[in-house]
Amino acid sequence: MKLKALSISEVNAYIKRILTNDPILYNLKVKGEVSNLKIHTSGHVYMSLKDNKSKINCVIFKNNVPEDLNLKEGLEVRVSGYISLYEKDGSYQLYINSIEVEGVGNLHVEFAKLKEKLQNEGLFDQEYKKKIPSMPKNIGVITSLTGAALRDIINVISRRYPKVNVKVYSVLVQGDRSADDIVYAIDFLNKREFIDVIILARGGGSIEELWSFNEEKVARSIFASQIPIISAVGHETDFTIADFVSDLRAPTPSAGAEISVPSYIDIRDKLDISKDRMNKVFENKVYSYKKDLDSTKKDMDIDYKEIIKDKLICTDNCLKNIENAINKKLILTRNELEYIGQNLNNLSPLSVMSRGYTLVEKDDVLVKDPKDLSLGDNINVLFEKACVNCKIQNIKEVD
Amino acid sequence: MNYEVSYKRLQEIIKSLEEETISLDESLKLYEEGIRLYRHCNKLLESAQLKITRFSNDTLEEIEIDIEEV
Repeated sequence: MKLKALSISEVNAYIKRILTNDPILYNLKVKGEVSNLKIHTSGHVYMSLKDNKSKINCVIFKNNVPEDLNLKEGLEVRVSGYISLYEKDGSYQLYINSIEVEGVGNLHVEFAKLKEKLQNEGLFDQEYKKKIPSMPKNIGVITSLTGAALRDIINVISRRYPKVNVKVYSVLVQGDRSADDIVYAIDFLNKREFIDVIILARGGGSIEELWSFNEEKVARSIFASQIPIISAVGHETDFTIADFVSDLRAPTPSAGAEISVPSYIDIRDKLDISKDRMNKVFENKVYSYKKDLDSTKKDMDIDYKEIIKDKLICTDNCLKNIENAINKKLILTRNELEYIGQNLNNLSPLSVMSRGYTLVEKDDVLVKDPKDLSLGDNINVLFEKACVNCKIQNIKEVD
Repeated sequence: MNYEVSYKRLQEIIKSLEEETISLDESLKLYEEGIRLYRHCNKLLESAQLKITRFSNDTLEEIEIDIEEV
């Protein structure tokens, strides 16, 4: 028998009829943890309930929302309601009639416990935070290759500092394998010596979707990384364990990119300003030296002429003084000499002889005492203009 | 010498040049060094270009990604 093909609406209507007629599904009590909570402006509440393995989409119509309901992500709740199909998109949901809050959900408890444990071990301590390089050359990005986070990161880097190598290690950012993937990626990039900084990123989501970033193995891997890690997980208010243990936390993937690189324009401007400043300082210095030199030259010109003039006058005076002194000395010496000459002349035997006296020499020696003479001695009698040789024949003393 | 080290030295040179006591000869040497550093920094800034690669999941080799594709 050939079956008639049904329309989608007919299929969905059929499923809905089965679901709503099921005695268990029609009156159900369920407990689970609140996630993906959205309170619509219409007053209807949309959320998921989940446990460790599974989740179910839920809706509470405005009329069934208790006035004092204070729902939060991660709260453990007990609800009653029925399962039905939303025919428009073929999805089934739990339509909640009543809800009771039981307490904080398991994931939130786990989060708090792990956070406290790691904090006590010192994994969040400031002293272990590595410095983020100010101008990285190679940035490792650990994220999903297809996620918006990667697009945001590359957009920011290409706008802000298009001078780096971005090396993407693609990982699953949610799900069972995600944490192992991330740990492997961190380890892999750490073996690449040239990576300067790692951005660990994924976009926003519920606590379940971000859960890999709350896992202990991921936290320990981040802590052990030799390369500084910027966590850029979630959106603004989402905090994960990875954020606490990372070297720097960015509120979004875009912000992570922003703090991982400097602004190229700022760097360019600073460098050019430095060059201009250096030129100016140097020119001023040279100008100042030149000015000093010109001024010194001017001073030198004036002094030189004056000094030469003074020196010339001084030299002239000295010469004159020396001449005068010499002349005076010459006159004195000449007079003295004349006087001495005159005296000498007066004392000269010649002058005595000129007056008619004679001198007696014996053996070329002037005889001053007759006692030096003996009979028979040959003597010379010296006149002014003649010498008479005589022989002594007689010596007679005269009283 | 990387950019940060070069830029830091350039700042030190400017500071030294601003000192009154430094001789003209020394100033000239510092200025020449400063110009060399400026050119070096400039070259470092100009030479690099944004390159995006990903590690292949199978071979772990780097594969270039076109920025438009992201």
